[in-house]
This record gives sequence, structure tokens and C-alpha cells, in this order.
Amino acid sequence: MAKKVRRGIADRASGFLRDWSIPRQLAGQSLRGKAAETEQSRTLRPRLDQADTVGTSICPFCAVGCGQLIYAKDGKPIHIEGDPRSPVNAGTLCPKGSSTLGMLLSPQRITTVLHRAPGADRWEPKPLDWAMDRIAQLTKEARDDTFVDQLPDGRTVNHTLGLASLGGATLDNEENYLIKKLFGGGLGMVNIENQARI
Amino acid sequence: MALWDLTNADCVLVMGSNMAENHPIAFRFVVEAKARGATVIHADPRFTRTSALADIHAPLRSGSDIAFLGGVIRHILEHDLWFREFALPYTNIAHIIEDGYEDPEAADGMFSGFDAEQHTYSEKTWQYKGKHVPSVVGEQRVGSQEQQGDPGHNSESMAAGPAPTDPTLQHPNCVYQIMRRHFARYTPEMVERVTGCPAATFLKVADALARNSGRERTGAICYAVGWTHHSTGVQIIRAASIIQGLLGNVGRPGGGIMALRGHASIQGSTDIPTLYNMLPTYLPQPNVFHEHATLADYIKTETPATGWWSNFPKYAVSLMKAWYGEHATEANGYLYEHIPKLTGDLSQLPMTLSMEDGVIRGQFVLGQNPVVGAVNSDLVERGFAKLKWMVVRDFAMTETADWWQKGRLVESGELKTSEIGTEMFFLPAAMAGEKDGTMTNTSRLIQWHDVVLDAPGDSRSDLWFMYHLGRRLKRLYADSTEPRDRGLQALTWDYGERGERQEPDAEAVLREINGYTVADRKQVARYHDLKDDGSTACGGWMYCGIYPEEGRNLARSRTPDGPGGPGSHAGWAYAWPSNRRTLYNRASADPEGRPWSERKKMVWWDDAQARWTGLDVPDFEPTKPPGYRPDWSKHPHGMDAIPGDAPFIMEADGLSQVFVPSGLKDGPLPTHYEPIETPVRNALYAQQHNPTAHLWTRPGNELHEIADAAYPYVFSTYRLTELHCGGIMGRVTPHTAELQPEAFVEVSPELAAKLGIENLGWTVLETKRGAIEVKALVTERVRPFVIDGRTVHQVGMPWHYGWDGYAKGAIANVLLAITGDANTGIHSTKAVTCNMRAGRLAPRIPRG
Repeated sequence: MAKKVRRGIADRASGFLRDWSIPRQLAGQSLRGKAAETEQSRTLRPRLDQADTVGTSICPFCAVGCGQLIYAKDGKPIHIEGDPRSPVNAGTLCPKGSSTLGMLLSPQRITTVLHRAPGADRWEPKPLDWAMDRIAQLTKEARDDTFVDQLPDGRTVNHTLGLASLGGATLDNEENYLIKKLFGGGLGMVNIENQARI
Repeated sequence: MALWDLTNADCVLVMGSNMAENHPIAFRFVVEAKARGATVIHADPRFTRTSALADIHAPLRSGSDIAFLGGVIRHILEHDLWFREFALPYTNIAHIIEDGYEDPEAADGMFSGFDAEQHTYSEKTWQYKGKHVPSVVGEQRVGSQEQQGDPGHNSESMAAGPAPTDPTLQHPNCVYQIMRRHFARYTPEMVERVTGCPAATFLKVADALARNSGRERTGAICYAVGWTHHSTGVQIIRAASIIQGLLGNVGRPGGGIMALRGHASIQGSTDIPTLYNMLPTYLPQPNVFHEHATLADYIKTETPATGWWSNFPKYAVSLMKAWYGEHATEANGYLYEHIPKLTGDLSQLPMTLSMEDGVIRGQFVLGQNPVVGAVNSDLVERGFAKLKWMVVRDFAMTETADWWQKGRLVESGELKTSEIGTEMFFLPAAMAGEKDGTMTNTSRLIQWHDVVLDAPGDSRSDLWFMYHLGRRLKRLYADSTEPRDRGLQALTWDYGERGERQEPDAEAVLREINGYTVADRKQVARYHDLKDDGSTACGGWMYCGIYPEEGRNLARSRTPDGPGGPGSHAGWAYAWPSNRRTLYNRASADPEGRPWSERKKMVWWDDAQARWTGLDVPDFEPTKPPGYRPDWSKHPHGMDAIPGDAPFIMEADGLSQVFVPSGLKDGPLPTHYEPIETPVRNALYAQQHNPTAHLWTRPGNELHEIADAAYPYVFSTYRLTELHCGGIMGRVTPHTAELQPEAFVEVSPELAAKLGIENLGWTVLETKRGAIEVKALVTERVRPFVIDGRTVHQVGMPWHYGWDGYAKGAIANVLLAITGDANTGIHSTKAVTCNMRAGRLAPRIPRG
């Protein structure tokens, strides 16, 4: 960011005279064109100029599937707009889609793992690895304690009712596939549901 | 149909949806159709922006949709306005139904075959005479066979010869005559009496729909959860299918039924289901109470004799190979035993009860917010308090993660934080642009999105979470010799690892979903090449073709049609199946294979090439001529039993079912039942509500009486343009939160005057499930209805809000009960009853 320098009165006065549009209008410049130009507007650059990456994305809200272009600088988003090539949205976005950048940059976003011990009245930040290990361990314990190989009459069920998973409609197909494969095909979970039911 | 195909419609009915506000970008195609001359109709209790842009707004009371649509069906049949050249050959309108069939017309609202103890129907008397028709939907096929004690081989009857029909439509038990009798009482006067929509307005709608039908014209119907969130949701959509079948609006340009779904990949999570009763791409989850004990039993039960689903064994075996890899062999039944078997209904609502009952110990919540989004919010919190642990993955704090700290039950004193034993984990999730993968939109379009950004801090994709949880669990079970752990040990789990964060490769997962040959690990180009001998692996047969060869990810394809192109945009992403944009598009040609008209052409038979061709990928065997007829003397199976003029190839006889013999739990024809909670009696039948609807009445989930004087108003929930469902996304985004900063309830000026409610004044809404306080928005957009001579008031509020984020307010779903549609188990949110008064709730005194 450019360093701000305190300007003197003479400097400011000459800047004002230079940007003052009335004399230039009287001199015949168009109000909507040249005469409206100021030093500030002359040096304005589109935000996209700063982008070092652009990628194709899909709007994360409803199921219409509008195409988006995400512009980034140093791995951070600087601009998101509708993809003009998409036959779905032809460059447009609705109020939710237009707010995608604001969502990613929300001051309320949480980027650390939080843990609440039984009975505690607050969250504690924890390392990701610690949480993953503990969740794996708790999953194994719950599965081992509640797994049913067979019903009393001998029929094989190979399932657990002690574990459940909810969610998927906001996730990618690949993510849903791994959820169903690991939880269902691997662990024997049958309580697997998402927003599609509701 | 593709969303953009709506522009080709000559009439668009939007019903059960506020499309302009909730799917604005899809609605631009409706606006475009209108600019080209189409008639746009909005049938909805409220006057919304969708109504404002429509030619006709037809107001109707929440929960009376089948009475309205049944009236349309009667109008079409009685005035002989149906597209006979289409519906006679392409639907089962001429089929003769079993002698024992009884209609609600004669039986006070009940179909034949009801078991009053189980509250279920047997479908025996609904069949084509002398046949057993297998359902086209796997998960429903299971239920119907269980009820009939039928191991499934009866679908062989479909290979024995065509179903009996009467093309003159005179037979008293042919579908046409049954439908005429069934809908006889749905007169315009009855429509007005039940729905509150003036008969004149209703007739304008029926006329517009019927007028835009035939060779030269088509119409489309758009709906959203305003149709599904009822105890009769599936049957409302069925009524629309009957209208579209009769009018010839299926498989044709500008014709169809557009489901406007709510989440970015809700269609994908239905196809590749994180749902309890299905395996990927519509294979039923095995059930211990069905003939599913071994893979051979499962395949025998679930494979119909005729139609496309006869390929079922290839899809089932290829899935087992994709999951269990080299360990899955023919000798061990491809490890089918490790696919867990169902023992009952484990859908979301019973899952909630199961939490409260202490059955569930550990709960994962992956990008969902049930405290706000599920019904009976207080009961959900009670369930969470019984869990030992819970993992919530989201990108900002949600009510589902901090209920133990800020929840309604803690606030009321029913729960005390220090006594809540649930161990909670909040794991930050990567969002759009921070991960790559595919999402499937509402018209089956599977679109890849790139990773452009670094997910901040410990935020990770759910792919990362599942992959690394799987790696850890595999390590924990590595040394086990227990047979029950063999499935997990065998599970293929090699998706590469990229970068410092060891992010798995989403494309590797997509390649597995597409499928590959086992011997040389080459991508399978199309699902027609899948095998049932273990030589192919495929994670989801309907998606096969999306990654047809190494390095070709068609979901990334970004070439739209240019001006004057065919309009199918086949080069933009990939639509399942086979990159086809319009399902059943064989119906866009007449029985001889010629387009119905130049204006409405899409797919046709090319005699010179002896194959189907056109503007879309034909939905038919490419070289089967229109004149092909099965040789019934040979007992034809599979597609050999489907004639060349039968476009609906997933059905056992290739015909659209305006009457459904199998697969529906609440009857072969839509019938008006009142919502479970309603201020009025059913004016059509003695049977008040759907007799097969799921009720889970128990303390904390009590229902109101019919016409309950304590709860006299109809209550509905809905959404706002700026906020997203029950999620936290819009509520933590400064711009959208500022635009819709707090919850409100919409009240008509008449009800406001009656109850002394002022605009922006506080009100209390109450049901047996709970009470909330919320400010009133008094508006003429909400009108009272005159039902059977009585005034019925309706109120409604957005269900987005909770206590987290910038935009806060009462949780509407506190008021709702856990009840389920008979077929899907979907809850009722659009038509329940409540009480209302001006004022505020008494302040609560928290416990100790």
C-alpha cells in the first residue's frame, strides 16, 4: 500500500483546481467524459489487475449451479463474479451468489479446531491432528461397542446403530462418495442422511 | 429438462415454489419464455415476486395442492383436452387394472389393499391385470415386494407378453375410466371449496395449461419444497406427472417437470447418496427383512425381467469391486456381506428420535445445521444432549455446534451446561474455491470446480476429513482378525496425497465413481460396458462416462453452444446419464420416429443412417427402429422387451405411468387428503389425512387435533433471497445479513386487526412443540382464505434464523412436529397449525 504523505495547502489547492470540473465543462469538455475525470479516477485500476490466479467455480448456495470465476492474489480471494460463459447464468449472480466473496472473508469465520469437554462451559482450541486422532478413537470405541453381526434369529446384519452421520447436500460428489463408502461400506453405519430428505 | 430449456416452454406453471426469490437465476429462463410469448402462472398461498411477474396468480390454501391439480386433471379429461396421439401410445392410460381394484371414489378415500393395523397398502389389486409390474425406483421396489411376500421373480410376467389394454378406452377398469371416476368430484366448485382459489381463476389456469399442449406447443411445471414438504408430497408431484403425461409435456423441448432443489449438490448427494436407504446411483441399501441375505438373493430380488434396470447385476457387482477391490471375488460374494443391512426406517426424523432414545452415541454433522433446519428444534437439542460425542464441520459457528452453550434448552433451564455430557468437536471446513471436485445441479448437470484459494488455518475439505479419518481407522483396525472388520480392511482407499496438507486427489475419486477395468485399470467409457463378472469396478453407474479416459474429465468441459447452436450445450460440463440433457427424449418424436413438429423437434429416427439422432443425446437404444416389436414367443428379457415406440425405458414396459401399479406407498393415484394438522375437515372424503403418513407422536412431539380451536391458524415456513436455508452462510456474511437482519412473521391485515397485532410489533407463535416470539410484518401479500364458507387465516415466516451470526431471530422450526410423507419420510413444513397473539413471551428464569 502506498505511504500516505501529509500534503501542504498549496499542493491541495492546486489539486483541487486541477480536478474541478466546471472550468473544464465551460471549456467544452463533456460532463460524462473528460470533465468528470479526476486524478483519483485517472489512477484507478480494476481490482482484477492485482489477481495472480483465476479459477472456475460453481456457486455454493442453491442447486441452480451458476458458474463463478474466482480471482485470487497470493492464495486469497479478491473478487468473485458470474462466469459469462455459463449457459446457466451467463455471467449473472443472485444476491446470495454475489455475496460469495463476503462469505469467504466473513469476520466470523473460524479457522481453528475447537473442542468442548463434557460438562465444560467453553470451547478450547486444539491441534487438528489431536482432534483427528481422538475422533478416530471415539469412532472405533462406539463401533466396537454397538456393532451387531447378526440378529438373534441368526440373520446377518453387520451394522452399527450407534454412529450417525448427517449432511452432504452442501458437499462435493467425491466427498459424499467417501462418506458413504467409509461410513457405510467400511464401518457398517446405516444412520447416514443429508438435507435431500428434508 | 435442462434449466435453459424452460425458455422453450409456451406455458410455465410455478407451484410449490417462490422461484423468482429463491431460484432467481433459474427464473430468468421463465422471464425469457414470457418475453417470447409464454403464459406464466404462479399458484401459491402468498403473493410474491414470482406472482408479480406471472400472468396469473392463483392463490390457494397451503396443503390443498392435490385438490387443485386433481381439478386440472378432471378438466383435461372431461373436456377431452389431452394430447391423445402422445398419451395413448406413450402412457399406460389404456392399460387394464386388476378386477379387485377399488378407488377412493367408492371407498371413502381409501384404495383397495389397506392393512389397518400396519397402516400400509398391498399393491396386489393395483397391478395390470395378470401382471406384476416392478417399480422403477429401487428403494421403492424393495418395500412393495416385502408387502406382497414376493421375491421379485414375478416381474417375469412382464416378459410373457404385453399388458392387457383397451385402446378404445371403454373397459371400465382401464386407467382412463378409473381416472375419470377418481377425479370426477374435483370440479371447479370443489376446487374453490377446498383450496379457496376462486373457480374462475382456477379455470383460467386449467385452460392455459391445456391450451399449450399438442404437436406445436409444450408447457413446463416448476416446483420446490412447497410440494415435497407435505404428508402427501410425492403424490403432489405425481399429479403434475399425470398432467404432463396427458398433455405430452415429457421428453420434449420446453416440456417437463423442473424440481428446484435447494443446495449446491443436493442432487449429487441423492445420486451418490449420503442417504440411509440407497447405495450409489439408486441401488437399494440391502434390508435384512427382504430377500437380501446373499449377493445372489439381492440381485435376484432387485433385477426386473424387462427394461433398463435388467442391467442391475452389472451395477451392483461393479460397485462391490470399486469398494472392496482385489478382496472382492466371486467366491466370497464380492464381500457383499459387509454392506450393512437395514432393519427399519433410519431416515433423518427417526434418527433424531433415536438420539433422544440414547441409541446413537456418536454423531457426525457435515455441513448441515439441524437445530435450525430440522423440524421440532427443541427435540433435536434434547437428542444432542444424550450423545456421548458430536463432530460438527462448518466454516463458522452454528447452532448445531454451540447448543450446549447458547441453546434454547439451556436458556429455558431445561438443560444445564455443566450437566451436559456431550463431548463436542468443531472442525473448520474449506469452502468454495478452497477445494476442487464436482457438484450436481438441479438438472443433473455435473460441474467441476477448481481449487483457487488456500483454505485458511486448519480449514480442510470434507474429502480431506473423510480420507484421513479413514486412514486412521484403517490403522486402528489393521491387526484385527475379527470377521466384522474385514470390510474396512479391504476397503480401497488410495487417492494420492497432494502437498503439505496431504490433500487427497478429488479426480482420483471421480475416476473411481466413473469406473475402470480391473485388469488394466483403464477408465470405462460408458456404463453399457460394465460387467457383472468382477472385471469392472464402478462407484456409481449413472455417472459412468464422466471420466471416459485418462486425462479427460468431462465435468471440466466449458464449451457452451454458440448462437444458433442446438441449444443443448453438450460441451458445457456433463449431465448424467450419457451427457443427456433431456430424459426420455425419444418422446419428442411420434411413434414412427418423426418430430411432432418442426417447432418442437429434439430427437428423431434417421432412416438413411438407421439410427436415432437429433439435438440431444437420444435416450433410446441408438439403432432400435421405431417399428421394433418384441417377439413375445421368445419370452424377451431386458431391452428386447421394450418396443421401438416405448420411450420410457426405465419402466418395465417402456411406458409412462399415469397410474402407478407399484412403488408408491399411498396409492396409485393422487388423492386429496388434508394435512395432518389443519383447521378443516376433508371435504372430499371421510378419510381425513394420508392413511399411510408417518406419525411419531410422543411427549415432546405431540400433534394438534383437526380443527383444533386452540391452534386455529395455518402456519407455513419459507425462504428469503438473501439467506440460505438453515445454514450459517448468509447470516455471517455482512452484506446479506444486513439486508435481512432479523426474523419476522407475515400476517394479513385482517388477522392483524383481529388479534391487535401492529406492523413491527411483537407476536408470540405457539404450538404443542414450542413457542417463539417474533416481530410482525403486516402485509396484503398474505390473504385469508374462504374455505367451505369459513375464513381460514394463514401466517408464514422464514426459517433461516437462529442465535448465531449477525442476522438473528427466532427459529421457526421450533413450532413444527416430526411427521413424514408416506414415501420419502419428508417432514411437513408448509401446512401445520399454530396459535398466535400480540405480545412477548414471559421472560425465562434460567436454572441455577
